[in-house]
Amino acid sequence: MKEFLVNFLQNEILVYTIMVVLPLLWIIPFALFAVWWERKISAHMQDRLGPMRTGGWHGWAQTIADILKLIQKEDIVPGAADRKLFNLAPYIVFVGSFAAYAAIPFSAAYVGSEINIGLFYVISISSLVVVGLLMAGWASNNKWSLFGALRSASQIISYEIPIAVSLLAVIMVVGSFDMQEINQAQAGWFWNWFVFQKPPLLFVAFLIYFVASLAEVNRTPFDIPEAESELVAGYHTEYAGMKFALLFLAEYANMFAVSAIAASVFFGGWNSPFGDFLTGPWWGLFWFIAKSMSFIFVQMWLRWTLPRLRVDQLMYVGWKVLIPFSFAIVIGIGFWVMMGQ
Amino acid sequence: MQTTLVQEEVDSRPVTVPGFSRPLRSHEMVINMGPQHPSTHGVLRLELIVDGEIVVDAIPHIGYLHRCFEKHAEYMTNYQQVIPYCDRMDYVAAMNAEFGYVVACEKLLKIKVPDRVEYIRVIMAEFQRIASHLIAIGTYGMDIGAFTPFLFCMRDREAILDIYEQTCGARLLYNYMWIGGLSHDVPADFSEKVKRFCKMFRGTINELNDLLSYNKIFVERTANVGVLPGDVAINCGASGPVLRGSGVKFDVRKNDPYSVYDKLDFEIPVGKGLKGVVGDCWDRYMVRVHEMEQSLNIIEQAVDTLPPGDVQSAIPKRIRPDASEVYVRTETPKGEIGYYVVADGTASPYRVKVRPPCFVNLSVLPAMVRGSMIADVVAVLGSIDIVLGEVDR
Repeated sequence: MKEFLVNFLQNEILVYTIMVVLPLLWIIPFALFAVWWERKISAHMQDRLGPMRTGGWHGWAQTIADILKLIQKEDIVPGAADRKLFNLAPYIVFVGSFAAYAAIPFSAAYVGSEINIGLFYVISISSLVVVGLLMAGWASNNKWSLFGALRSASQIISYEIPIAVSLLAVIMVVGSFDMQEINQAQAGWFWNWFVFQKPPLLFVAFLIYFVASLAEVNRTPFDIPEAESELVAGYHTEYAGMKFALLFLAEYANMFAVSAIAASVFFGGWNSPFGDFLTGPWWGLFWFIAKSMSFIFVQMWLRWTLPRLRVDQLMYVGWKVLIPFSFAIVIGIGFWVMMGQ
Repeated sequence: MQTTLVQEEVDSRPVTVPGFSRPLRSHEMVINMGPQHPSTHGVLRLELIVDGEIVVDAIPHIGYLHRCFEKHAEYMTNYQQVIPYCDRMDYVAAMNAEFGYVVACEKLLKIKVPDRVEYIRVIMAEFQRIASHLIAIGTYGMDIGAFTPFLFCMRDREAILDIYEQTCGARLLYNYMWIGGLSHDVPADFSEKVKRFCKMFRGTINELNDLLSYNKIFVERTANVGVLPGDVAINCGASGPVLRGSGVKFDVRKNDPYSVYDKLDFEIPVGKGLKGVVGDCWDRYMVRVHEMEQSLNIIEQAVDTLPPGDVQSAIPKRIRPDASEVYVRTETPKGEIGYYVVADGTASPYRVKVRPPCFVNLSVLPAMVRGSMIADVVAVLGSIDIVLGEVDR
């Protein structure tokens, strides 16, 4: 797609700008939709209807109205807050989750930046979110925010290890960090997807990745950094208006990012499940988004079903369950790949 | 604006760390949970002294919802006017609160109420127990982080409130039980509706158990947390599910029966420590679930034996008890509520003192949360099931 645009527009800077803006054009409508979708899903799970009025059909315009309201709100900075860090934090959080989109292959024809360490880049750049969360919690000068920030820092750092190690298993099978190559290695029918390969090792690796990714994006049962019933709202307690909206946007962007990685690393990414049926750049985009959205649905489903773990239990699950299992899988895959050669 | 340091120094212990020349000091932090906090169940302020995530001490501060119930009761022009104020103490279990007061006044007046009134009162009180426990269980799930069970509970509570609404027009604060009678008789299709509800609700208790009670994460969060040994519970004067969760089989309905409870067959569920130690949060939670089942049994028996009659025949024309005093205790969903009513021969009470179960149960909180984590404070507080309207009165 890049070559096509360069030939078409004859201006490389313009092309790069377009490539950067495209994920943003996806994230914002996605977040608007996902917030509405989550409200509808939760409502239907709970014997309610959810938003029904704004916009007419099933309240489709509810989140747009909410965003308009948030834009009009006064931008409050607490008097005792560290103004610079407080104002900067939401942007860092958002940049962290947005930058991960650069290496996510939306389709065979489109990936923001074709770097050969794509997966590695995604894992590392998404750690930037922690910095923003810590900044937000510390700068608010609120004890509950501080608790939320410290919890999220320890949680995200702990759960990055099983995420990286379980993805390493796939990387060893493919022999490349390149997201497009990982996708291409899963071409064909759905049994070629890595989740069904090397049974049951990669399937367990997927489970570990999925559980850890829930913690990475602070979703139930690992939503302790913003545990409403304990910490009021965690690190974003003091945020209002557009900055709150930005933190919220980053959260949903992050949800899509981890789901997209699960879809492209374990579930064939933009590959059609049925061999050559319905393939091509546009169908690839469709399959990719459909797979990612189904993971987002599972995330929402879990959120409205499960209670929340305690901090120490969360650390237990991370360090004593997920990490040892992920290492065992890496060793197992290592032997398997070595034997195959 | 003046910027102040958040951290308050309570106690600092020097810690020597290898590589540092000076000993490092760690501070304990004072943090206010409430009065505006999502899970203090009202305007309770807990002053937590925390060491990281560990709670060193918790000091409850109450009184934000104090409405001078006892003084109001003295200044009413007659005895009946106190009943609506009883409603407003434990506003999620108003029937049980007024039940105790009317029983106390009837004892003062030495009147016998018709059987039909007694049975309807028991049905209403047990319905209210289910409704109150549903709120306790639902909000407890929310405290632990599960949102959906709350709305399932509210859906079932709605069915009970519909029955109340058909009977007396009110859904929350009823003023239904009058001294010597009731404000309204039950509607014609009452027993049919009640039976339909009982049938429906037995199913939803199972649904609730699947969704919440035996959920692995829920059990992890509540078992072995906030353990209250039976002797401590008795020494603190705890009552209701808090006492029974600790394995003490004491229920005013059985041990000191009032109304027609001695004619009804039901059991007292106690905590058995199935998932952890006897007296942990899960036990207290489970006692409530089993109590709802027992309440269904009581309701079904009472509806079957509901005698005919006039519910207002025994209401005295003039309520002016002789100078005397009486103490009556009844079992509300939260525990044992006691009414000490002193009459001086006039038309209004000289003194009404309430022994509120929530207030007494709240006093065991600091002992239960010392040394636990912040998330456990929420779990313990939810398992005590306080209503601030009754704690503060």
